[in-house]
Amino acid sequence: MNADAVVSIQGVTKTFAKANVTALENISVDLLPGEFVSLIGPSGCGKSTLLRVIGDLIEPTTGTVTVNRKSAHEARLARDYGIVFQDSVLFDWRTVAKNIALPLELLGWDRRRRAERVKEMTALVELSGFESHHPWQLSGGMQQRVSIARALAIEPALLLMDEPFGALDEMTRERLNLELLRIWHQLGSTVVFVTHSISEAVFLSTRVVVMSPRPGRIRGIVDVDLPQPRTVQTHENPRFFELVTAVRELLRGIESAEEDGTLESELLAAEEAT
Amino acid sequence: MADAAVAGPLDGSSLRSSPALVALRRASSIALALAALWGLWEAYRWTWIRLDLTWPFVVDETTMPHIDDIVGSLFEPSRTNGPLLIHVLLDSALFTAKEAAVGFAMGASIGFALGVLLAHSRLLQRGVLPYIVASQTIPILAIAPMVVVGLGSKGVTDWVSVSVISAYLSFFPVTINTVRGLQSADPRALELMRSYAAGPWRVLWKLRVPSSLPFVFSALRVAATASVVGAIVGELPSSIPDGLGGAILNFNQYYTLDPENLWATNLIAALLGISFFVAVLVVERLVVRRAPEHVA
Repeated sequence: MNADAVVSIQGVTKTFAKANVTALENISVDLLPGEFVSLIGPSGCGKSTLLRVIGDLIEPTTGTVTVNRKSAHEARLARDYGIVFQDSVLFDWRTVAKNIALPLELLGWDRRRRAERVKEMTALVELSGFESHHPWQLSGGMQQRVSIARALAIEPALLLMDEPFGALDEMTRERLNLELLRIWHQLGSTVVFVTHSISEAVFLSTRVVVMSPRPGRIRGIVDVDLPQPRTVQTHENPRFFELVTAVRELLRGIESAEEDGTLESELLAAEEAT
Repeated sequence: MADAAVAGPLDGSSLRSSPALVALRRASSIALALAALWGLWEAYRWTWIRLDLTWPFVVDETTMPHIDDIVGSLFEPSRTNGPLLIHVLLDSALFTAKEAAVGFAMGASIGFALGVLLAHSRLLQRGVLPYIVASQTIPILAIAPMVVVGLGSKGVTDWVSVSVISAYLSFFPVTINTVRGLQSADPRALELMRSYAAGPWRVLWKLRVPSSLPFVFSALRVAATASVVGAIVGELPSSIPDGLGGAILNFNQYYTLDPENLWATNLIAALLGISFFVAVLVVERLVVRRAPEHVA
């Protein structure tokens, strides 16, 4: 294990006893400071489970996870990470500003300090002027940006993102990808990004972890050596296509090994049961 | 920012539905409904008397007085040289409203607290909920005198005892819906709170309670009218003469002489119930902020 690792995963296995499903089997990987790592794989490969294990929202059956050199549990209690879900999970009864301030309230910040940070965060995600709107008054893309601002408000060293743009249309998604990269450059935090879009994974990441289902295993890791900062032109870089192909090849190997979808639905049920 | 596609509510009050116009339309629809009810009443009366129908009951001045006679009786003296009936009834209504308001406040707070308690323990829910349900199957008329006499012996004023009876009737829907509402919190939001290492108390106040409010308020609307019914019914067997229950008992005795008086009392009682309902509705509009499509 690497001493500098922000996240260190050592031999993690997760079985859902009720459904008798192995969601993760012997996963080991280290994430270094400032890395942008995508987890990709067919549904049921355990990528969301792995993200939740890192965030101590699910306990692994065996193996250890350290975050910032603490156990995942201690790291959660120390609020070392921010998390963004596929649905923005904004509180309808709170304004944009108050949604962003939620984790700060829980940290016991006073009103003035909260207001300052909210101002910085709305500027960061380019939502200044929308502070007093309620979530339902915003488009899906804007809601997700509020959700990102909320996750970043506590200045976490680690940002966990579970298919954050999966429910958005292609155009919004591309714009938010660029914005996320800008924020990532600006803050220098480490990002774990779950997705099932190959091009999104390659475009955003410094490394792509390809996972296979039943049981969830790491199939391979693709280093993305595309130049930074990534721009719209990155999509036209021949190296981009090579890397997309490399990831696709890894995923195709998984597909051909699959025969039927019954196990997959079992695993999904098991994930929902937790 | 580019995708600043702000949706509806900002331009919600467009020209063709200004607040004044909406209010006017609403008022006229209420007036129309009232007029229709009046028409139905009088038409039924006229038909049954004209055709001499005796099923389901004989229609005459005693069983179905004219609506205008009922309303008119409000503005006649309740007895010779006495105050106008409406004054007497408004005094009674005020008294009953006091009982019902205190009863509603007690019932709502106890109901909510009980709901919070039950929502946090499956075991408690299984153990206690059946008794809460059973409590509502006991006829209120049977326990009202016991409550008044029992509490009276402890030095509790009669009207407070009636409030307790009213609370007994109104806490139940609040408890049931609070439990449901607290458990309706989005699982993702619960995960989010867990990621912030928020303790159960924080989760309760910042997430579960706000999520439960639409449920709680729909129960409070039911509880508000139930508290009025509870107060009136509580007065009946406890011989408390100051409220609407007392007025009902009184006018019931003289029904064959003055049927309009009892009908008028019922009218006032209904209005009291409606005003309790509307009061809760107004508070709900102020308190519950939700996406328009989520508002009941």
